[in-house]
Amino acid sequence: MDVLDLARWQFAITTVYHFLFVPITIGVTALIAIMQTFWHRTGDDHWLRLTKFFGKLFMINFALGLVTGIVQEFQFGMNWSLYSRFVGDIFGAPLAFEALLAFFLESTFLGLWIFGWDRLPKKIHLASIWLVHIGTVFSAFFILAANSFMQNPVGYTYNAQTNRAELDDFAAVLFNKVQLVTFPHVVLGAYMTAGAFVMGIALYHLRKQALDKGPDISMYRKAVRFGAIVALVASIGVLVSGDVQGKVMTEVQPMKMAAAEGLYETRSGAPFSILTIGSLDGTAARPILEVPGLLSFLGTGSFSGEIQGINDLQAADKAEFGNNPQTASASYVPVIWMTYWNFRLMMGAGFLTMLFAAMALWKTRGQGVVTSGMWKHIAIWTPLLPVLANSFGWIFTEVGRQPWLVNGLMTTETGVSTSVSATSVWISMIIYTLLYGALAVVELRLLLRYIQPGAVPVEAPKDPADRADDEPFVFAY
Amino acid sequence: MSDLSTLQIVWFVLIAVLWIGYLALEGFDFGVGMLLPILGRSHQKGAAGAADTEARKRVMLNTIGPVWDGNEVWVLTAGGAMFAAFPQWYATLFSGFYLALALILVALIVRGMGLDYRHKVDSDTWRKRWDLAITTGSFLAALLWGVGLTNIVYGTPIRPNPDVKGDYFFDGNLFTLLGVVPLIGGLTFVGLFLTHGAFFIALKTDGPIRQDARALGIKTGLVTAVLAVVLLLAINLRHGSLVSWIGTVVAAVALLGGIFMATKGREGWAFLGTFVCIAFAVVAYFGALFPNAMPTTLADGADLTLAAASSTPKTLTIMTWAAAVFTPIVLLYQGWTYWVFRKRISTKNIPAPVSVGK
Ligand code: HDD
Ligand code: HEM
Ligand code: HEM
Repeated sequence: MDVLDLARWQFAITTVYHFLFVPITIGVTALIAIMQTFWHRTGDDHWLRLTKFFGKLFMINFALGLVTGIVQEFQFGMNWSLYSRFVGDIFGAPLAFEALLAFFLESTFLGLWIFGWDRLPKKIHLASIWLVHIGTVFSAFFILAANSFMQNPVGYTYNAQTNRAELDDFAAVLFNKVQLVTFPHVVLGAYMTAGAFVMGIALYHLRKQALDKGPDISMYRKAVRFGAIVALVASIGVLVSGDVQGKVMTEVQPMKMAAAEGLYETRSGAPFSILTIGSLDGTAARPILEVPGLLSFLGTGSFSGEIQGINDLQAADKAEFGNNPQTASASYVPVIWMTYWNFRLMMGAGFLTMLFAAMALWKTRGQGVVTSGMWKHIAIWTPLLPVLANSFGWIFTEVGRQPWLVNGLMTTETGVSTSVSATSVWISMIIYTLLYGALAVVELRLLLRYIQPGAVPVEAPKDPADRADDEPFVFAY
Repeated sequence: MSDLSTLQIVWFVLIAVLWIGYLALEGFDFGVGMLLPILGRSHQKGAAGAADTEARKRVMLNTIGPVWDGNEVWVLTAGGAMFAAFPQWYATLFSGFYLALALILVALIVRGMGLDYRHKVDSDTWRKRWDLAITTGSFLAALLWGVGLTNIVYGTPIRPNPDVKGDYFFDGNLFTLLGVVPLIGGLTFVGLFLTHGAFFIALKTDGPIRQDARALGIKTGLVTAVLAVVLLLAINLRHGSLVSWIGTVVAAVALLGGIFMATKGREGWAFLGTFVCIAFAVVAYFGALFPNAMPTTLADGADLTLAAASSTPKTLTIMTWAAAVFTPIVLLYQGWTYWVFRKRISTKNIPAPVSVGK
């Protein structure tokens, strides 16, 4: 493999890994903040126990999101130095804003929340977790603005003198039309992920308690319903925003839409295949189940709309971009089987989550509980499915952008670092991969260990004024 | 004067400020991490000693517990600001120092995981492993930041890229970075952070550990003072400017003053001394660097100047507004956190370890 392939693999591995933890962090901070608010409002001890329980699980998850994020911040310069120099005037600002507006807020108030249970007045303590959540949403906003620029570069002009893209209109960059649909889709996806996380774990305990006639059935039922409602409501938002995203994508990246279906010839009323056997190279594909007109609907909003095919788009791109070294590419077609399957896996995982959430809501209505063995499997799969959907979605988005690094402006090939050798990238990639693998094992074991005992009874936090100086802390490292 | 615009100079200064924030704050986190096996050790023997050792380590870790993550964000902001304000600097530096930076990232990862996970399982083996992660991670990060930053200032083999207009690249490898002066830089950073961390612990704890920390800080401080003088002289002799000389003198005075205050038992002043020393050492570094982003050591190379590395006035203006509004807010709430957690911690404050279901 050459430096380019290695750099791409490394970026894909580290970013997908980072994004396993990020949606949970974004979503669960909101859910914890809501639980803690319920506790404040009602004084119901169940909500305090749930806040603390999910708080612990969240911190185990957060640690990994944090340390892998540090790698992300420096990766553009390390592996993509030509890209960084070419777009830095535009792309750097959202990253700097993210750190200044989001990361400081998040990390400072998280420290206050974790260590502040008995050292902060109750209301300020509650405000802290809300501020953490707001920080995570800011973070998502800025980084997605940066990514949206890569999908659909706007608000810039090319300066031949300096040989780079230069900022023209910052508002256009922040409110890129791709960003306006990506941001809600990703954040709602994060709420869905967190709802499913809470629901799945609570469901596991609900079943255990129901089987053992435990004392906490009503607490876990509350948690299951809370998580399921969040997941369901958010997933409707995910569906709606995803639908709009499809239209924007068809407009700015028609090749990605064609690649999502493996549609070679331009046609109106294009169908959407649920599954396909055989190769997707345009010769021998055999769709198993087709929904007529659905691809056209996803792309244009009309069942008879026209979707451009891969062959036409390739020819057009070749004519438009083939002569400039920074935009020339033998093929402008992404890897079709990747886009095709990842798109379907994302949606499929999402629909399954919705189904499970709806089933759990139905089952737990009134005094209902779950007991059968099937629910154990649902409890395990519900938290995993949206996490997988997030990864599939990103892999689709990023692979579908290829061969472009910045759509229509710079190919991935021309963005890679000049002074980094393949050996160096091999070394870093092996180290990161081994380290990330080991950390994943540790994190998973720790999570399971902390899930086991459930939301155990806790003491109500003391007022800071009533705490003596040499009293042990409620929480300490 | 060079042909730099006011905005470019403002951003060069702001980036220096971000590095000051990072090194002066995260510096004591690194110090605490490195001192864990030394100051953590109890004077008592046997089982009581083992329990006391564990309690002392936890006291140390809890002094930085609520703040270390916020301190680390300073470097993320510094990185983001370099990217936004001087993209070519970000590009050339981070791709050029590739493996060194990858090692720093690994060090920061294992240290961060150690801080977050150490207390999560009540087992001696578990704690021992994370202790090792925290201590070696802190040491490696301190050392490599020292080596890396010294290299930037002292000079590295940089040249313009013949194939891509406007691009500069680094024509060397990991070993190019291991010159004598940069290595002294690494050791000085380690010594400075050890001292800074020791004074921080002296300021934030109570009981025997407080005395031990103060005594140790005085010793490491004296060794560091010698190293720092050699380092800053070497840099000034090569790239000295008025600002870098002033920075050097203030840094030296602050360090010696801090040590002196420590001998008088004035821990707050001692900590302030190392804090100011770090801040002005950064001033000396950036003063020596100006008006370059990265000077070259190649006869046929070319310095990467700030002017050549910079973003457009438009981007710099937008960033300046953001910095002007948000930096004071960040300083306010970060400062407030230190106020909330201002009380000294002693072994009495340490609760029993958590034991989660077996
Ligand atoms: C909980 C996770 C989740 C779920 C259930 C869905 N998505 Fe999604 N989707 C994402 C999480 C996600 C994501 C990981 O957040 C992506 C990657 C990049 C992005 O913008 O969001 C994404 C990308 C993405 C894109 C690509 C945008 C682009 O490249 O410009 C489209 C068109 C859709 N989604 C559409 C849908 C539709 C129609 C869905 C339902 C049927 C759906 N998504 C479910
Ligand atoms: C967090 C969610 C993200 C995931 C899971 C993700 C995933 C990926 C994947 C799988 C690739 C490899 C594609 C290929 O080479 O075929 C890739 C490439 C890349 N992505 Fe993303 N990405 C994410 C977000 C971002 C964001 C937010 C940015 C920019 C701010 C970004 C910038 C890039 C760059 C620079 C590359 C390397 C060049 C390339 O191969 O296309 N990604 N990403
Ligand atoms: C490749 C681009 C990305 C970069 C450079 C990046 C950078 C970082 C960094 C440096 C951190 C650690 C912050 C800290 O110390 O507190 C972090 C965490 C985080 N990132 Fe990313 N990130 C990327 C992709 C994404 C995406 C696509 C999202 C959201 C859609 C996101 C959202 C977050 C959130 C919410 C956190 C805080 C929670 C946590 O640490 O788990 N990031 N990121």
